[in-house]
Amino acid sequence: MKRPIEKLVTGFSWLCTIMLLGAVFSITGFLFAKGYSSLDTRLIFGDTGILDALLLKKQVFNGLFPAIAGTLVLVVMSVAWAIPVGIATGIYLAEYAGDRVRGLFNLFFDILAGIPSIVIGLFGFAFSVFLHKNVSKAIQPCLLISSIALAFLVLPYLIRTTQVALDGLPEDTRLGALALGATKMQNIFYVLLPKSLSGIMSGVILAIGRCAEDTAVIMLTGVVATAGIPGSLLSSYEALPFYIYYISSQYTTPEELLTGYGASIILLAMCVVLFSAAFFIKKRLTYMAFYRA
Amino acid sequence: MRAVKETAVERALLLSTIVSGSITLIIFGFMLFMALPLLGGGKIFQIFVGSWSPGDGSYGILPMTVGTLAISFLSVTISFPMSIGCSSFIGVLGPKRSGRYLKRIVQMMTGIPTVIYGFVGIFLLVPIVRGLASGGSGMSVITAALMLSVLISPTMVLFFNDSFERVPASYLDAADGLGASNVQKLVYVVLPNAKKGIIIGLILAFGRALGDTLVALMIAGNSTQIPGSVFDSARALTAHIALVIAADYESLEFKSIFACGMVLYLFATAIVIGVRYFAFTDRETR
Repeated sequence: MKRPIEKLVTGFSWLCTIMLLGAVFSITGFLFAKGYSSLDTRLIFGDTGILDALLLKKQVFNGLFPAIAGTLVLVVMSVAWAIPVGIATGIYLAEYAGDRVRGLFNLFFDILAGIPSIVIGLFGFAFSVFLHKNVSKAIQPCLLISSIALAFLVLPYLIRTTQVALDGLPEDTRLGALALGATKMQNIFYVLLPKSLSGIMSGVILAIGRCAEDTAVIMLTGVVATAGIPGSLLSSYEALPFYIYYISSQYTTPEELLTGYGASIILLAMCVVLFSAAFFIKKRLTYMAFYRA
Repeated sequence: MRAVKETAVERALLLSTIVSGSITLIIFGFMLFMALPLLGGGKIFQIFVGSWSPGDGSYGILPMTVGTLAISFLSVTISFPMSIGCSSFIGVLGPKRSGRYLKRIVQMMTGIPTVIYGFVGIFLLVPIVRGLASGGSGMSVITAALMLSVLISPTMVLFFNDSFERVPASYLDAADGLGASNVQKLVYVVLPNAKKGIIIGLILAFGRALGDTLVALMIAGNSTQIPGSVFDSARALTAHIALVIAADYESLEFKSIFACGMVLYLFATAIVIGVRYFAFTDRETR
């Protein structure tokens, strides 16, 4: 190969790297440059006292507190639905299922992982309309519906990480307890699961990050611009990502827009920390992380 | 007693597997069931190739399908060369240490929420495109595609990098032994051996671009015409769902978004099948 061409290829690769870094730093830098002045406790709590807000004594009207609380409640609920089912499914597929059953279900979960989140949101919405008509008039798009739809969204991550973590265990780890007379179940719960905990944890963290950042599902299933702290499972709620979306099109004053920048910085920091942690725990996570639509 | 417990646990695990597996089917079933009134009686053709003008009773989703495909193809076209360059930098060409840092940064990028891309798009990219296109709102196919290309590049870079790393070290040692330069190693050894991984990464990134809602919704402009150029405003299927959701439950307009859901579902299935096709042939040849 001739030297000029080699130089050209190397130069191209440096150029690409600089372009990508340039894009990322202009995106994050832009947010911080515009929004750093909004970062103080007033951004979150508005004019209400911090302690009063945290103890739910007074409502916060002009701060992000209700949105942050909504996101937290939503994430906890979705993950609470998804973790038991996801991990149980992962265990079954890795340890019990035969080849053909496993192949079939893997196909299903790959498809589920690839379905755009807005379609899952649409399903959640249609489901709530269905329940409203046939079960109870009290049901409409709400926290409960959103959390179930989000649980569907993150289920494939949990299943896949659990399955991969169990599959990756070396053969001697599998056989030790069995040789001592443990049953299959004891082997799974006392040996295999504790050994694959880091892989499963990375899946849980990814699921949390995915729930926190998702906007498409919740905007169809019950999130609203102003609702205060969520009062019940059947009430509508606020969430950070939706707040950002809402402000971007509906802001009326520069101050309002500034809270949008502040909210973006908070959400960005939260998600980047979560995803980096997941990558830190498990090195080869690419296969799970790219499925995000 | 113990045997009973073992079976009970196994049954419980099987049950949760069946429950989670059925979700995939239930979602498609729901889409089909809700869109059914629109699809019957020869109207199916009208829906998928017609134009969108609810005033005249025409609920075709063709402009949105074209919008989705245009935005996704363009973003992949922009992002693919850039991702190849970056992963070559990480894997072969760049200094080892900066490569590692770059990989860290790209991993962090996977955590940037899509709504942030949209938000920054509105206030940073849209004014720039407005200036370049001299006039118009600045919200167009190219605006969304540029932002999306940043959004999908971590998918490609990390996936390409993984497949670069899977090229057997002995091949690289052999190339080194023959006195190959870094660029020669990349072009003659690494890239040909990672070809399938590259194709799979490309398909997956395309899938991410197809499924994205927020970027298209916020900065593509959302007009319901078929875009004539990259500076035209367009509406993606995903954005269409988000915009029409507020319509009356019983209206045909509302039912038509389930046809959009079905199209997106089928795209997703095609992508998974495409990936599996390449992944399985990959295993056989090795």
